[in-house]
Parts: sequence; C-alpha cells; structure tokens
Amino acid sequence: MTVIIIVVVVGLLLLFVALAYNSLVRGRNRVDNSWSQIDVQLKRRYDLIPNLVETVKGYAAHEKGTFEAVTNARSNAISAQEGGDVAQQAQAENQLSGALKSLFAVAEAYPDLKANQNFLQLQEELTSTEDRISYARQFYNDSVLGYNNSIQSFPKNILAGMFNFEKREFFETAPEETGPVKVQF
Amino acid sequence: MSEPTPQPLARTDFYQEIRRNKWRTFVILLAFVVLIVLVGVAVDILLGFGIGGVAIAFVIALGMAFFSYFNSDKVALAVTGAKPADGPEYQRYHNLVEGLCIAAGLPKPRLYVIDDAAPNAFATGRNPKHSALAVTTGLLTLMNRTELEGVVAHELSHVKNYDILASTVAVTAVGTIALLSDLGLRFWIFGGNRDRGDSNSGAIGVVIAIAAMALLILAPLAAYLMQFSMSRKRELLADATGVQLTRYPPGLASALKKLQTDKAVVHHATRATAQLWIESPLDREEGKKGSRLNRMFDTHPPLDERIKLLEAM
Repeated sequence: MTVIIIVVVVGLLLLFVALAYNSLVRGRNRVDNSWSQIDVQLKRRYDLIPNLVETVKGYAAHEKGTFEAVTNARSNAISAQEGGDVAQQAQAENQLSGALKSLFAVAEAYPDLKANQNFLQLQEELTSTEDRISYARQFYNDSVLGYNNSIQSFPKNILAGMFNFEKREFFETAPEETGPVKVQF
Repeated sequence: MSEPTPQPLARTDFYQEIRRNKWRTFVILLAFVVLIVLVGVAVDILLGFGIGGVAIAFVIALGMAFFSYFNSDKVALAVTGAKPADGPEYQRYHNLVEGLCIAAGLPKPRLYVIDDAAPNAFATGRNPKHSALAVTTGLLTLMNRTELEGVVAHELSHVKNYDILASTVAVTAVGTIALLSDLGLRFWIFGGNRDRGDSNSGAIGVVIAIAAMALLILAPLAAYLMQFSMSRKRELLADATGVQLTRYPPGLASALKKLQTDKAVVHHATRATAQLWIESPLDREEGKKGSRLNRMFDTHPPLDERIKLLEAM
C-alpha cells in the first residue's frame, strides 16, 4: 500500500515537473519569436522606402538632399540591425524616422504628388507598417511579461532557477522615438 | 478628460477587467452544472430515471451544438450575405487587421464585407486558425482609423478568447436542460409516473413532487437567462481584451458612441446571430430600453455601460 502511494506521489511530481518545464520552454520560445517578429516588420519598412523615394523623385527630382538622407538612414538602420546592438539599432531607427518625416514634409509642396495613387498607397503601407512595428514591440513586451511572471512566481521559479531560465528585458523606446512618425498633408 | 457620468467608476486596468470577466464565465458554467444536476434530481424524483435522462439529453444537445460549432462560420457568413474583402479599397481594413493580429499573436482571419449601411461587425470561427471577420460597408465609411481599430480589436478578442467555444458550451448546457425538463414534464403528464406512489407517499412526497415540477418548468427559463448573461460578460471581456491590443480605450469608446447615435438596423440580422455582433443588431426602438426585465434577455450590455467602463480604463 505504502509503495503504491509513494509511486503515485513521485509520478505526479514528475508529471508536474515535465509540464512546468515544457511551459517554460514555450514561454521562452514565444519571447524569442516575438523578438524576431519586430525585425520582420522593420525589414518591411526598409523594403518600402526605395519605392517611396522613387515615386517622390518623379515629382520632385531636385530635392536631392532629402533623398540622400533617407537612403543613408535606411542603410545605417539595416547595418545596425545586422550588428545586433539594441541601443545602436534604436538610434538608427530614430534617424530613419526623422528622415522619413522630412521626406513627407517635402511631398507636402507638390500637389500632383499628393494626388498620385501610388504615393497614397505607399503612404498607407508605411503608416500601417509603423503600426505593425509598434504592435510587434507590444506583443514582445506582453510575451516578456508573461514569461517573467511565470519564471518568478512559485513554484515554477524553482524549476526556472534549476534550468537557467533567465529574466528577459522589456523593449523600451528612446524618448525621442515615442510617438509615431507624423505624416502630414 | 471630462467626466459627465453621474457615478464615475473606480479606475480599473484591463488586466483586472479581463480576470474579472473570465471568473464570471467560470461561475456561470459552474451554475449550469448545478442546474443540470438539480433538473436530473427532479426528473429522478418524478420518474425514477434521472441519470439516464441526463445522459440522453446531454448527448442529444451535445450533438446539435457540435454541428453548429463546426459550421458556425459558414452559416454566419452565408446568413449575413458576407463577401470576401478583395480589392484595393479594402487595403486599409487588411492592413489594420494584420497589425492587430501581430499584437494579439493570432493568425490573420479571413476578411469579409457585408454590403449594408448600418455600421456593425462580427467575428466567427471555432478557433483562431478557422476564424473569419466581417464588417459592414457602413462601418468602414463611418469610422476613422482608431475607431475601426477599436472595433476590429474587439472582434479579434472574441476569437482570441474562444468565445465561439464558450457559447457552444452554453448552448449545450441550455439544450440539455430544456430537453430534460421537456422530457420529464411530458412523461410525468402522460402517465409515466408509476414510481411516484411507491417511493414518496404522504404530504412530504407531494411537496417534493410539486417542487420538482416547478423546477422542471422554471429551469429552461433560468438556463436561457444564464446564457444571455454569459454572452454579456463575454462582450465586456472582449472590450477589455480589445483594449489590451490597441492600448487605446478612447478608440473603441468613440466607435461605440458613433454606434449609439446611428439608428440604422442591419438587414440580415436575426436573433440567432445576434450575439456575434459588436453591438446588438436588433431592437433599436426608442423607449424599449431601460426595462430591467428586458435587459435580462439582451445578448449585449447597454452601450452606455460599455462606454463608461472603457472611459474608466
């Protein structure tokens, strides 16, 4: 009888450990995945920019300085993303947002451009990509919150300590970057 | 922000609101179980086949509910005349849904449009992989971007919270109770009551029998009220979860205010699909609201109350 009880207790304990460990792994993978989702959306923005520059060029060819600033900011942001340094990346993204702002400010002066269907579509794409970037960051932070809560609360914290599940950092935007890129007409 | 409401609510955050509404659903589901057991006991007292009766009624109700569970999206889309949202004019709608799906960690649902001037929207589908979202053309023209985001986030929350599953469970429970009490009353009236004299005799037996009968008559009504109550709680939950996605309560609040002033009624709405929509597509007649009894049969909480809750978030 006592043997059966011991077997049952040990079995239940092992079952709990297995389930809890799996849920920790799931949580950590969700955090990693949601981090890479941010990159997917950033890349989407990089891909839209050459198109946008070309379209604006067709109407405002002599605004060279603005185009160069956008193109440079874009390549800086891409290399910062590849470099993997989060602070540097945030700064490069900032610069890109600023350059895009001035590109749209330039577009303001050209009524034909503002009526161009292609331009309007690109503008819609860019706005929604900005949204997506912030939603992806939000989802990352939500995943981190869930994961950190689970590794810090009892009893999973014991397992998390044993198997080296580490607390993750939230994504925080630089103060200048709070607020979306303003697209004005 | 100005606070014109007579009794301002205490500030809540959406996490709290989500927890509260999930708890309420759990309580209602528990109440369903209790009610089924009670009805089973009543049938047992009157006719002597309580457990068998519960089993039969449950299997029938479950079968019917599962059919509607697996076909809920097809039926809802067909009944409302929804068409796939293809074409460049719906790009904004597509973009907006994609963004919110990223925030929710959901796959993108199939998108549909209903050609109707009344602003409204609904989501359907048994799980996130099989979900579909439909909005009326009226909603797309009337709402600005943040308002539309609020509405879409509310609808995606229904998907995220598995509300189709929740309502299937409620429908199964209601079906079981309705069938069981119907069965019980029929058998009792048409002479299936052989056991009654044997097991319970005297005044106490009569009292118990009358109580059991009363329970059988009242149980289906109680079950329907519980179903509607759960539907209203799920709406509040979807409002709160929607805010978790947009992080912008004023978006949905202002959308609901626009719905409040709009008096158009969706053409293809029936009682059967009522609980799917962002707001009740039915009874918009003036003067009908306010009656407490009427409110108990509503699938949605009053818009005023939802706006007030959003403004407190």
